[in-house]
Amino acid sequence: MKIKFRVNGVDFEKDVRPLRRLLDILRIDLGLVGTKEGCAEGECGACSVIVDGDLVCSCLIPAVQIDGADIKTIEGIAAEKGIAADLLTCMADSGAAQCGICTPGFVMAGMDWLNRGSACDDVRDRRDEVRRAVAGNLCRCTGYVKIIDGIAAAAAKCAARKRAD
Amino acid sequence: MNVGQRVRRTDAVAKTTGAARYVDDLSRDGMLYGACVRSPVQRGRILRIEFADDFDWRGITIVRASDIPGENVVKLLIDDQPVLAERELRHLHEPVCLLAAEDPYRLDAAVKKTKVVCEEKTPVHDIDASLAARTKIHGDDNIFKEIHIDKGNVAAVFADSRMTIEETFEVGPQEQLYIEPQGMLAEITDDGVVTVTGSLQCPYYVHRALKAVFGIDDDKKVRVIQAETGGGFGGKEEYPSLIAAHAALLALKSGRPVKMIYDRAEDMAATTKRHPGELVYRGAFAKDGELLAVDIDICLDGGAYCTLSPVVLSRCVLHALSAYRCANVKIRGRVVATHSPPNGAFRGFGAPQSIFACELFLDLAARELGISPIEIRRRNHLLPGDSTTTGQILDVGVSAQEVLEKAAAAADYEKKWNAYRNAPRLPDRPWRGIGLSLFAHGNGFTGSGEKKLAGRATVRLSLRPDLPTGVGAVVLSSSAEIGQGVRTIFAQIAADALGLPLAAIDVLSPDTAEVPDSGPTVASRTCMIVGGLVEKAARSIVKAVRIDPESSFFESLADYIQKHGVAEATETYVSPKNVEWDEDTYRGAAYPAFGWACDIVEVEVDPRTLEAKIVDVVTCQDVGRAIHPLIVEGQIEGGTVQALGYAAFEEVVIQDGAMFNNRLSQYIIPTAVDVPDVRVILHENAYAGGPFGAKGIGEMPIDGGAPAYVAAVCQATGFDFRELPLTPERIAERLVGNVVDTRGGDR
Repeated sequence: MKIKFRVNGVDFEKDVRPLRRLLDILRIDLGLVGTKEGCAEGECGACSVIVDGDLVCSCLIPAVQIDGADIKTIEGIAAEKGIAADLLTCMADSGAAQCGICTPGFVMAGMDWLNRGSACDDVRDRRDEVRRAVAGNLCRCTGYVKIIDGIAAAAAKCAARKRAD
Repeated sequence: MNVGQRVRRTDAVAKTTGAARYVDDLSRDGMLYGACVRSPVQRGRILRIEFADDFDWRGITIVRASDIPGENVVKLLIDDQPVLAERELRHLHEPVCLLAAEDPYRLDAAVKKTKVVCEEKTPVHDIDASLAARTKIHGDDNIFKEIHIDKGNVAAVFADSRMTIEETFEVGPQEQLYIEPQGMLAEITDDGVVTVTGSLQCPYYVHRALKAVFGIDDDKKVRVIQAETGGGFGGKEEYPSLIAAHAALLALKSGRPVKMIYDRAEDMAATTKRHPGELVYRGAFAKDGELLAVDIDICLDGGAYCTLSPVVLSRCVLHALSAYRCANVKIRGRVVATHSPPNGAFRGFGAPQSIFACELFLDLAARELGISPIEIRRRNHLLPGDSTTTGQILDVGVSAQEVLEKAAAAADYEKKWNAYRNAPRLPDRPWRGIGLSLFAHGNGFTGSGEKKLAGRATVRLSLRPDLPTGVGAVVLSSSAEIGQGVRTIFAQIAADALGLPLAAIDVLSPDTAEVPDSGPTVASRTCMIVGGLVEKAARSIVKAVRIDPESSFFESLADYIQKHGVAEATETYVSPKNVEWDEDTYRGAAYPAFGWACDIVEVEVDPRTLEAKIVDVVTCQDVGRAIHPLIVEGQIEGGTVQALGYAAFEEVVIQDGAMFNNRLSQYIIPTAVDVPDVRVILHENAYAGGPFGAKGIGEMPIDGGAPAYVAAVCQATGFDFRELPLTPERIAERLVGNVVDTRGGDR
């Protein structure tokens, strides 16, 4: 079937099997390999992307569901300025990435949380909220501490900037 | 000075932006996808392989055992494991034949249309059946390896003792669960070089294995390249040789590049696991808690083929009393064969199993003696000058006391243990418990292993007019970055030894065409042993080049290269003097250095749901010197959470000898909400034999979390548990229908 969709601000039109996974459309058809496959059952979150403003597992999204959708992947986040750039800098500095395979998924989850506005409201400790926000992403290397450090630091940076404005 | 600093990891940006390239991110022109057809039975004999008539087989490459040009064997310790089964099937999911196709959907269909027709036989399910040896899998007695330690006079002390205690412990398997599944991309180049790129820890293990499979003698005709690797934990120590052989055989037969990536279900079902087993500890104690004699019997299940079982058993035995002193020690360890997928390397490598048993054993003995768990540790832990179970005399490098006291202070252990001990168990508020473990981890290969490996590392200098000093360096070793930060710490070590900025150092990703064999990325040896070689090589070349103190580095290097053509030094491992080890009697210096650690875990059990929530985790660890404190903390945080997974969440359900719950929705690893932040205290007791004082770090963090967790649950619930995993279901099974002692005061 023919579908039209936007990825990282670029429009595409593709003829694909209706049940082809969004993960494969991104990685194989579009060559955007930053989104990773860890489990194919929506448990690990390594394939996380943002579709129409919602954080989803792309391994569970069939092509038929993204007709007309606006999709953001790690490649898009990496190209952005502002809060996205802060998030990447903070996570690079905090030691969030060890083997790195889960990291793009955590960046997407962190971005989704930061996008929800209230994350930048004030500079108090947000670790528990961050912890819940990334509960859908599995990491085997880090024990999560430095991933949470990085995302919380990005929120603090964003809040500080908001206060300064 | 870079060593000791929290510099940004050299691969941080690539990994956070999704730019890092793992094997499944790579492709080649004309590439095919590969798949493995596996045994449908736990034990049997292959009669034939049927390729269904109602399928279009054009364009499908098929590889069977008969297609193997060299030896049908996975080279490792002994030559018992085939690359593809020819007649005998020894475990469920054993590889039988291989298929490749351009279209992955067609490949899936082809696998379903391939049938391994076999005659089923009665399998050996478990350790007891294996030891009975009515069916022989390996040799006459099914024992892959047996090890004995005999120190002092255990029998005499037991005969004399009034306080003896015997306990039996059971540990289940554990899946490594690297988030990136196994994968390889194989191609035969135009000049006939068998080349594989993939997810791996030990490029030269794969190199050796491929040479044998292809019947190649010339090292240059096989090339192994490490792609960015998404976690290993030992699961990619030996297994990659098998998947690399499979992909390469398909590449040979088809004449095209072949990519083979396991999906998660296949990976969990078919690849190696942590060895499960049974451990019996019998000890004689003095009234004040001194351990007078101990008799330990360990039996591990190795699965259908030997793989690394003898070495896992070795480490298990050598860590059976890891942090403690005892004059009379008798240990018998055995690892046996069963009809299940072979078990293999997993961080800790036998130590988490025996440390689990040892720590709970001491807790149970303490209670019998009427002393506290921390008191029995204080009476028995090793001190400088003491001798280990193998008679190794330890020196100032012992930090058992320091890590114990520092962790206990940070966790407020004694106050909490006493409070929780005396608290009644009421139905409307949480039951609390706190558990402690004290342990050591031997760094590097056992005994003369490092000497035999004779690992090498090279540091090469080059003229780099684009850099501020004009000088750049490349570090060449086979140490694989698998998340543990080796790229960054080798750069730090080289930069400081050379007197160059960090940005001037490149650490090459392992490629057997470019780097020397430094030995495998295992055994907590990468920083201490290989990092040590990097430091020495760097110091060696800078000394040779900078002979004129008046000249700049750039000028001296230009001179040197003009004279010698290239400016590099290669350092080969040399054993420290006075390090003697007897492999037959298991006596002597088992390891050149030990790390020391103490874990304290606090839980709250909900009396209504029986959920045991982990509320605090504290650990104090001595790794000699933290080359990069953030990386060291990260290793400790990650390893400790893996230990908590081993303890509380990760149950491998076995059916027909293999993992039945091979789905992430059914095999649970800790998420961010399942564990609190691990609180890490570093104790730096510098080791003169390591680079800048560093010892090993990779495995120790996973060794002790499990007994600390179980001990906490024992105190909270008032029941003794002696098994892993201690899942919520198992806690509930034990408590429901039993009387919970509401008074408390019993643990």
